[in-house]
Amino acid sequence: MNFDDTPQEAAFRAEARAWIQANAPKQYEDELRKVSLGRTGLKNANMLEVAKAWQKKKADAGWACLHWPKEYGGRGSSPIERVIWQQEEGPFGRLSGMFIIGHGMCGPTMMAFAGEDQKRKYLPPLASGEKVWCQLFSEPAGGSDVAGLRTRAEKKGDDWIINGQKIWTSGAHYSDYGILLTRTDPTVAKHKGLTMFFLDMKSPGVEVRPIKQASGQSDFNEVYFTDVKIPDSQRLGAVNDGWNVSLTTLMNERMSIGAGVATGFPELFDFCNSLMLEDGPAIEDRSVRSRLANYAVKASGLRYTSMRAISALSKGERPGPENSIGKLVAGSMVQEVAMYALDLQGAAGVLSGPEDAEVAGKFQAMLLRAPGTRVEGGTDEIMRNIIAERVLGLPGDIRVDKDVPFNQIPTKGRA
Amino acid sequence: MNFDFSDDQKQMRDAARKFLTEQCPPKAVREVLDGKAVYDKALWKGLAEMGFLGVAIPEEFGGAGAGHLELCVIAEEMGRANAPVPFSSTVYLAAEALLLAGSDAQKQKWLPKIASGGAIGTLALFEGKGNPSPNAIKLQASGGTLSGVKKPVPDGAIADFAVVAARTGSSGRDSDISLFLVDLKAGGVEAKALTNLDPTRGQAELTFKNAKAEPLGATGEGWSILTQVLDRAAVLLAFEQVGGSDRALEMGRDYALDRIAFGRPIGSFQAVKHILADMYVSATLARSNCYYGAWALSTNASELPEAAAAARISATQAFQHCSKNNIQVHGGMGFTWEFDCHMYYRRANATALTLGSLSYWEDQLIDRMRKKNAA
Repeated sequence: MNFDDTPQEAAFRAEARAWIQANAPKQYEDELRKVSLGRTGLKNANMLEVAKAWQKKKADAGWACLHWPKEYGGRGSSPIERVIWQQEEGPFGRLSGMFIIGHGMCGPTMMAFAGEDQKRKYLPPLASGEKVWCQLFSEPAGGSDVAGLRTRAEKKGDDWIINGQKIWTSGAHYSDYGILLTRTDPTVAKHKGLTMFFLDMKSPGVEVRPIKQASGQSDFNEVYFTDVKIPDSQRLGAVNDGWNVSLTTLMNERMSIGAGVATGFPELFDFCNSLMLEDGPAIEDRSVRSRLANYAVKASGLRYTSMRAISALSKGERPGPENSIGKLVAGSMVQEVAMYALDLQGAAGVLSGPEDAEVAGKFQAMLLRAPGTRVEGGTDEIMRNIIAERVLGLPGDIRVDKDVPFNQIPTKGRA
Repeated sequence: MNFDFSDDQKQMRDAARKFLTEQCPPKAVREVLDGKAVYDKALWKGLAEMGFLGVAIPEEFGGAGAGHLELCVIAEEMGRANAPVPFSSTVYLAAEALLLAGSDAQKQKWLPKIASGGAIGTLALFEGKGNPSPNAIKLQASGGTLSGVKKPVPDGAIADFAVVAARTGSSGRDSDISLFLVDLKAGGVEAKALTNLDPTRGQAELTFKNAKAEPLGATGEGWSILTQVLDRAAVLLAFEQVGGSDRALEMGRDYALDRIAFGRPIGSFQAVKHILADMYVSATLARSNCYYGAWALSTNASELPEAAAAARISATQAFQHCSKNNIQVHGGMGFTWEFDCHMYYRRANATALTLGSLSYWEDQLIDRMRKKNAA
């Protein structure tokens, strides 16, 4: 048992570190280090532009999308090298947020299902950040139950005509392309009538409307499709086989380990270390210490769970569904941490303006953003189902709509 | 990075599991639970023959000289089997104290006996309620003898010798405390077994009346040695707790697959699935914290104090969580003496209190993290 690199890994780390040292946008380093949930922007610069510039620089030097093949804009690296890169990139990795969906989900789906010409055309600019991609799966009627989606695609000559609405689409407002899951046959069971496409987000009939979230920010969008035309050549996988195509997309999400999930613990520990309560330093208060210790072991437990997964990767094993615990644990923890930090602030905890609030309102922003983390990318409940079914081998839910033609599934609860 | 046990160590775990599955089925645990035996003597002998008692004891002292990572995998299996033997007191406490502070003669005298199953040892630290603290130690040392009362002492009624924490000064500092080695069969010590939460792991009161004792380590170093012994034992006991957590989770999972209610396996209800998923989460977090503790223990890293506290807290929480919810998944049957669920519930809650309770270790963890932060 050890934490040492193999000689090959050490050489890769040294090379990555030297290049990052020489090329990273250091002027933003301090600010990026302070990024926390609900506080992700830069004060005096456009995050989008800084992120795109850093991505392009990486791509030009061969450090973008490390695990992708070279011909598609990657480096052909092993999974463990990708982890080492993320460790070395440190705070600058926070500039990659807007590319996660494109690189982690859209790219791999294109690689598996697009034609060779298409891959060579679309993937390199996706890798370099010149083009940004989004993923159009969720709908008002299909969130956790993605296969319940209703956006229609109808064949007309060599084209497909799309009508419907998507929701919760991260980054649609700055995306150039998207992968889109549609219903092509409503007369068969819901999983069997879906088809996947990719499309140009500038196509006529595509309308992106930002959603104002409960936190007041707008990271997500609604996307409306009105008679949008997609050529059949942009279909991914067979007609009505979209469910299987989407599984490839979602499987790739799980490979994104190593970057670490935000728990809020380091921020809370720092805060308690400097906070003075009426009776003395917060960190010397028995009840504060007890709460901190409980969060500390969750945070360290997640850190070492991820190291175990990295070790498995290093041996060439594939990480399994057990990695779902990171998101499940961190999501509710960050919410509790934010509430507790405000509790320690007492009456003044109610103030959320950066000029008046403790630590510039970091925990207030965290509190308001936190409910979303327990929902996005699979709710806590879906994560528990995944663990129960795929790790522990418990039976799947009884699905009353499994063998029913989609157009006969009830659409309302109380009539 | 290779943050995992080696193939050899995993093989040792498999061997221990196979041995314990055969030699320590629930039926054997129940012999002790029901008071028909004080501990499982045949199992104790078998563990010695397998080399498990001395796995971390150097060869020159009669052990296998393998190491602490090997001891961690054995500990996990001991917890999984809920083994009714004085393993933790003898191996994690007494042997570790001897290895840390014993003279060559003391090691020669006791370690080979531990490895061969010929001596049971323990640590006599507590004197009634409270957590580890130098101020709580009143038992007095004078002129090579000890006088006072220790309780609860794990496996104290069956132990052959004890490492005893005693007061040798009155300055109010940690250096008032020294450790002693006492042969419990040499007279001057009265042992009384005490009823406790987990009958498969005894607790006793030891009354010392001018009992002959020899110093273990230098005078005034007792508290410092004890702290190290407790850290090392915390990691090892945490592996037992992780083994117990896993077993409780498996029992709950198996029952949820087999038990039919409302016309379907209860494991197909989300209310039940989510209980089991949360058990898996707590057991996994604990296992990962324990692996870090194992690394720190086996390399004697400066991170050991923090890693040990984190492993202890996380594993205590996991075992309590898994064992109580295993009963919940079983429903009424889980609350019968006949089902094995309560054996793990008892062990989990008793283990949570030996070595100092959760609140003590929470306090320790934050102290240690602050020290690291300041450094």
